[in-house]
Amino acid sequence: MRKTFLSQNPSVMWFIAFLGLFTLAVAIGSEATGTGLISTSMVKTLGKTLCLCLIAIAMDVVWGYCGILSLGHFAFFGIGGYAIGMWLMYARTEGIVMTSLEGHVIPPTPQEVQDAIGNQIFGVVGSSDFPWLWAFSDSLFLQLLMVVIVPGLLALVFGWLAFRSRVTGVYLSILTQAMTLALSLWLFQNDSGLRGNNGLSGLQNIPGYEDTSQATTSLVFFMGSALALALGYILFAWVVSGKMGSVVQGIRDNEARVRFLGYRVERYKLFIFTLTAVIAGIAGALYYPQAGIINPAEIAPIASIYLAVWVAIGGRGRLYGAVIGAAFVSLLSSWFTGGGAPAINLGFYTILWTDWWLVLLGVSFVCVTLFFPKGIGGLFDYLVRKPS
Amino acid sequence: MFRHLLMLLCWVGIVGAAQAQDLQPVLQGHAEEIAKPSRSSVSVALDDLAASGAPQVSVFLEQWQDKGVWQREADGVFFFGTETGDDLTLRDIDTGAESSAPTNGFSQLKPNGGVRRLIGTALVQFQLTDPDLARRQSAVDSIARRPEADQLGPLRASIEAEPDAALKARKIQLTNFLSASFGDTSEERIAAITSMATDTSIEARAVMNQILSTKTATPSQTPSGNVARVLTSGDDLSQADAYAQLVAAGLAPTIISAAAIREALAAHVVGGRVGGIPTSQLDTDAGRAKAYAALAAAGTVPPLVTELDQQSAVADMNFYEVYDEPDSAVTDAARATLDSIETRVAAAQTVDLTLDALSLASIYFLAAIGLAITFGVMGVINMAHGEFIMMGAYTGYVVQLFVPDYTLSIIIALPLAFAVTFAAGVVMERLVIRHLYHRPLETLLATFGISIALQQLAKNIFGTQARPLTSPGWLDGAWVISDVIQISYIRIAIFVLALLFLGLILFVLKRTRLGLEVRAVTQNPGMAASMGINPDRINMMTFGLGSGIAGIAGVAIGLYAKVTSEMGADYIVQSFMTVVVGGVGNVWGTLAGASLIGFLQKGIEWFNPSNTLAAQTYMVLFIILFIQFRPKGIVAQKGRAAAD
Repeated sequence: MRKTFLSQNPSVMWFIAFLGLFTLAVAIGSEATGTGLISTSMVKTLGKTLCLCLIAIAMDVVWGYCGILSLGHFAFFGIGGYAIGMWLMYARTEGIVMTSLEGHVIPPTPQEVQDAIGNQIFGVVGSSDFPWLWAFSDSLFLQLLMVVIVPGLLALVFGWLAFRSRVTGVYLSILTQAMTLALSLWLFQNDSGLRGNNGLSGLQNIPGYEDTSQATTSLVFFMGSALALALGYILFAWVVSGKMGSVVQGIRDNEARVRFLGYRVERYKLFIFTLTAVIAGIAGALYYPQAGIINPAEIAPIASIYLAVWVAIGGRGRLYGAVIGAAFVSLLSSWFTGGGAPAINLGFYTILWTDWWLVLLGVSFVCVTLFFPKGIGGLFDYLVRKPS
Repeated sequence: MFRHLLMLLCWVGIVGAAQAQDLQPVLQGHAEEIAKPSRSSVSVALDDLAASGAPQVSVFLEQWQDKGVWQREADGVFFFGTETGDDLTLRDIDTGAESSAPTNGFSQLKPNGGVRRLIGTALVQFQLTDPDLARRQSAVDSIARRPEADQLGPLRASIEAEPDAALKARKIQLTNFLSASFGDTSEERIAAITSMATDTSIEARAVMNQILSTKTATPSQTPSGNVARVLTSGDDLSQADAYAQLVAAGLAPTIISAAAIREALAAHVVGGRVGGIPTSQLDTDAGRAKAYAALAAAGTVPPLVTELDQQSAVADMNFYEVYDEPDSAVTDAARATLDSIETRVAAAQTVDLTLDALSLASIYFLAAIGLAITFGVMGVINMAHGEFIMMGAYTGYVVQLFVPDYTLSIIIALPLAFAVTFAAGVVMERLVIRHLYHRPLETLLATFGISIALQQLAKNIFGTQARPLTSPGWLDGAWVISDVIQISYIRIAIFVLALLFLGLILFVLKRTRLGLEVRAVTQNPGMAASMGINPDRINMMTFGLGSGIAGIAGVAIGLYAKVTSEMGADYIVQSFMTVVVGGVGNVWGTLAGASLIGFLQKGIEWFNPSNTLAAQTYMVLFIILFIQFRPKGIVAQKGRAAAD
């Protein structure tokens, strides 16, 4: 009997159904539709969480399925954010500049408009010229293309160099971490052309939709993120099933053996690495308009390690595990650090969770690695007994 | 003025030595200027006082400067006076005879600041030959601070009789500086300038640079004056800058800027049109130029300076810089001397840079060597290594809270930091690492968990602000070899510490039973176990050793940087790269890696000193490329150990 894609991946249906219901529930409860059960900031948080889930499944594919512990995927996420942020910032500043120039008797020349925008954007780093990086920033289409092309190209070149010289295992992890570090250090410079440590800000205001309320905007972005997550989930489920998925998992389990069987291991790894980088870029492009600001600190190597932590806690080698891990840890984290958790009074010492949350996270992370290597997702194995 | 003084001095030499003269008559000769001195009038009096050659002059000048001179109002005679209550103790200026009188017949001389400075300058020549070494020294220092032409004579005269060798050398050097700048004849100045060719001090360079100071000359057809450099339009000087020079010299009309055009247009809008052109068409430069040309033709605005006008204005002009110093022979000599000095300075800077790089390399080495053991020898990725460095530093801080003596506290802190982090390492190995030996990637994540927990714990205990770890007094300051080459003692200490550790670790690994067993377990745990070695114990000890060294590195790093909960995180990526670049599993490799990274970072910083971030970025990029070509590091493992 020929197996269909869905029968091979029962989790896809369940996941899509759950995500659909969840989106519907949030849409009904949001302020935009009038019920107001869920605050706009909560909708934003949930939307951002969905983007994090998307990059988490990308991370799961590259690590859990292909065995490459990349500590650089958050860099791709950030690049995606910067790419869309450049357009958002340019277009919005252009709108502001045009409004302020409107009243003048002499209409402005294109050069004058350009100078005024440059002054607005780069004034904070003591410059007013547009760096070459911003060459396409006036075009939404081209910047959207950048969201895909830049992370993809970077991953392609980096991966080609690394896999070609057979850098594997922890060395590759350290190398990807070095790449992330280099990128964030570069972005921290004022003359990198991306406003140094100020980053790009005001991204929550979508040019052309200034009159639309944040409640509506955030709901639209939430639904967009949900759609992207659903599509990403289906795409990755399709990639890791079938023959290609078997080869990829074979590489994870024994790279040398797969190579001896005649497969071009490097090509498979490069494909997975680049594809996940592109998806990470898209996730970033959806995340940062909701976050409103992006700066180089977001790309620091530690962010990529956290990404690996989410996937490990959720359970590697299963896509829904990554989703659970990312959603669980990031929501829990914002609950604890946001002061949502009640302080515990021990009599001699009061545990404030804003101070102790990281300790708890660190320790629980060690425990998960030691005692539940399959993560939270592993619990499903107990619920769904597989015929062995 | 200078010549004047020199002549007077000669005269003093002849006349003054012959007879001891009374000072009072000289003073009375200038009674007006001395009693009510001003900056302009006092110099004549000072010159005559110096010329009198009386031995009391320097005492008088000092007292005058300190407001210790009083004048009797009745006859205008000057006395040295000290006020005691209503009375005045008077001392005769020439004889020194003491007397006493009520204050209200006398007025105190109170020279203002400017006059006191002039008195000070006049005093210098007396102080230069003072029997007291300290006073001569301070006179020389004051000349060095504010070199002036009239100090050259007294300074030169004082060299001969100077008994102190060091001060004599200093006086000769200073005389050279002064005569290079203020010498009488070109020959004298050139000789002084040439004699400075080997002097790399900042002062010598400053003297040369001052002689070689240039200014932009007014552009003209034929250059005149001592030309430093002719600027060719296009290469050294953009056309816009060249034209700006012409405008500044009043040789060409000002360019009408885009903003000025805009304003001019806005001011002449008539019925929605400017010069006959509708305002809606003014949104291009061409449209604006047309409208402006129409206005200019009508004579309402000055005509536009076109690109062509600028070109032709600039074309037949010479743009050049001239030296402030008119004598070209002097500037040529100074240029040659400065070149020679700068060659030497460059050589010295290379040495200085090498020292800097060495010290940076030793810091990286210290931070990474513990990691080289746990990662290199055992293959365990310990992301919490940075936090062990931090624990060591905090241990040092806590010890200093209890032991106030800094030397003693450092001596206690070093072994204590080792003990604390050794224990932490052993506990971590027993509880966590042991269970993950076959899952290296998960070790990375588990130790990362420990790392964030430890970092936050440190933040909870010690707070977020930086804590000081004070070094003992004998480590303060720097070893100054020359004006260019210097290195702080603390960096030397870290260098020595790094060398010590290199030796110690090599000794432990190569010459002790433990080292033998560690190497055996590294190469083949199964075989080592069957030979009676307990791999569990060895792994524990190795991990403890690596962690303990991180603790000591923490104390060393804490001494020159601040102790914060994040200090470990700053070093962890760098340390991993050091180990990977150097080659895993080899102490020499770590040394090579640390040296490469240290020298590289300093080298890149030298090219672009203002931007350490860029230096780090380029260094990381270089390391990424380096690993492409030597994936196993500088010192690659060979044989079976390298198999995986």
